[in-house]
Amino acid sequence: MGRYIGGRVVSMLVTFLIIASLTFFLMKLLPGTPFNNQEKMSESQIQQMNEKYGLNDPVPVQYVTYMTNLFKGDLGVSFQQDGRSVTTIIGERIGPSAYLGFQSLLIGTIFGLLLGIIAALKHNTFLDYGSMIIAVLGISIPSFVIAGMMQYWVGVKWGMLPVAYWEGFEYTIMPTIAIAAAVTATIARFMRTEMLEVLGQDYITTAKAKGLTSTAVVIKHTIRNASIPIITIMGPMVVALMTGTLVIEQIFVIPGLGEKFVSSIMTNDFPIIMGTTLFFSILFIVVILVVDVLYGIVDPRIRLAGGK
Amino acid sequence: MEKILEVKDLHVSFDTFGGEVKAVRGVNLHLEKGETLAIVGESGSGKSVTSKAIMGLIPNPPGRIKEGEILFGGKDLAKMSEKELQSIRGSEISMIFQDPMTSLNPTMTVGKQIMEGLIKHQRLSKTEAKSRAIELLKLVGIPNPDTRVSQYPHQFSGGMRQRVVIAIALACNPRILIADEPTTALDVTIQAQILELLRDLQEKMGTSIIFITHDLGVVANIADRVAVMYAGKIVETGTVDEIFYNPQHPYTWGLLGSMPSLDTSEEELIAIPGSPPDLTDPPKGDAFAPRNPYAMKIDTELEPPLFKISDTHYAATWLLHEKAPKVEPPEAIKKRMKGMASSKPTMVTKDGERNG
Repeated sequence: MGRYIGGRVVSMLVTFLIIASLTFFLMKLLPGTPFNNQEKMSESQIQQMNEKYGLNDPVPVQYVTYMTNLFKGDLGVSFQQDGRSVTTIIGERIGPSAYLGFQSLLIGTIFGLLLGIIAALKHNTFLDYGSMIIAVLGISIPSFVIAGMMQYWVGVKWGMLPVAYWEGFEYTIMPTIAIAAAVTATIARFMRTEMLEVLGQDYITTAKAKGLTSTAVVIKHTIRNASIPIITIMGPMVVALMTGTLVIEQIFVIPGLGEKFVSSIMTNDFPIIMGTTLFFSILFIVVILVVDVLYGIVDPRIRLAGGK
Repeated sequence: MEKILEVKDLHVSFDTFGGEVKAVRGVNLHLEKGETLAIVGESGSGKSVTSKAIMGLIPNPPGRIKEGEILFGGKDLAKMSEKELQSIRGSEISMIFQDPMTSLNPTMTVGKQIMEGLIKHQRLSKTEAKSRAIELLKLVGIPNPDTRVSQYPHQFSGGMRQRVVIAIALACNPRILIADEPTTALDVTIQAQILELLRDLQEKMGTSIIFITHDLGVVANIADRVAVMYAGKIVETGTVDEIFYNPQHPYTWGLLGSMPSLDTSEEELIAIPGSPPDLTDPPKGDAFAPRNPYAMKIDTELEPPLFKISDTHYAATWLLHEKAPKVEPPEAIKKRMKGMASSKPTMVTKDGERNG
């Protein structure tokens, strides 16, 4: 197991290097410089700034400088917020994003699994159709529509919850629901299919033939096996939630990473773009590794294939 | 002999979009203590459905037991509640399935899968159940049971998995073991080992076995009595000798004739023409008539009753009626019947000795 993870870490580093390089050159293709959208600056001031941040150097030189700093753990400083390091900014912004992502994932997963399991066990009944209608709605209605409707009805008309900002638990409820809807729907649909598949397996008949109660058959033999593929979709979903909340962060004015990411692209704040992208990449790579390790824990057949 | 199971006039139907499929249409059979009853027939003849009905494992919907009784220990299994059935399944009646590659849960150790039944029916503690599971693995001939008990199914070969499945079925010393084609998915050498094992265990534990198969070679090897099923009915039943050496039903002739054997090498195998009838709309009269070269006019009009040949031997064919013309069974079958009269052809009998 240790050797397996060791090997994976090496390939993760390679992946990371490739992502860092690609992002760097792609970013250089963005039109404009970080400073030309600030009308108050004169031409010479812009030149001065470019000189200061090394933007006049040839791109390969900039690349080497950046990568060297990166290995020292230095992500640079923001061009827009003078002198503040990228690490500090990400550190400040990650809190609300992570909280929101985690809470939505938790709620979405719990409800998704429940809906999926109920739909499968009550296959072809009213409960099944009901759950799947909810699931289809959850997938097809974009989160910003749900967010907008909630803000209008729940927030403004009924005044039950705050419409925006990030100042306490009640501020998290509406954004969480807006994000969790799609998570619930995706997981519910997956879980239903997997449950139906597993329920048709021979070993379920074996379990029934042992005289186990239907509850025991479902809990011990069905749900565990049906949830294995769910782990696969959970990985990318975790990252998508971290990044994908950016629309919701904008709508509810949440000071999260996604909101910062969007604004940094608008203003050509290169270090922030790089820093955030790399941060998301690391997150993604690590989550994939975690998923693979989890897979091995849940499914003994893979444990063997991975080697000891 | 003591009858421990009696199935009376069992009808099982499945409601499908195409209509009601009458999979089992009036099956009568009984099982005596310690004996092995083989149910043979081609795919779709209703043998598996009959066994699932006995276990109460017909999925409902779409399946249902329409009428009939399944008497076990003075109670009718067909009318029992799910809860009562659960207490019988796995403890009094258990089942072995066809494909050992899929009938074990891949994410649970074999030990746990054996223990489940023990904990449920015999209320053993986990440690007791585990040591019993090790004993059972040893009993079914799995080497190193102490380490094997905590391994997963994928670490076992097909034959070994089937042994595990047998261990699960035998965990609570059931009175009846239903084996639904337990050797079909295994290769021939392993088949022989599993049959040997089942015979040994039956001797040790006194279990009665219902053995479902389409392989007549296996039947000769393991069964005491045979019931031949066709289109949801039993068409002929008798002891192994009666079925093999004095078959009366043309369908049994067909089955025996299509079985390759060493002493009939010069003859061609006889295939039964056509295919089984559509059971959404079973034919009037004898369901086998359209494929039966010996069919008479009455076969298309009226279902034949069971004619008695001996106390243990019955067949449902009009050919046995006193007014029926005398027909000659196919050459290969006649040879068999002659063998019965003089000396039996060499064949391994139940105790493994050769008589000939």
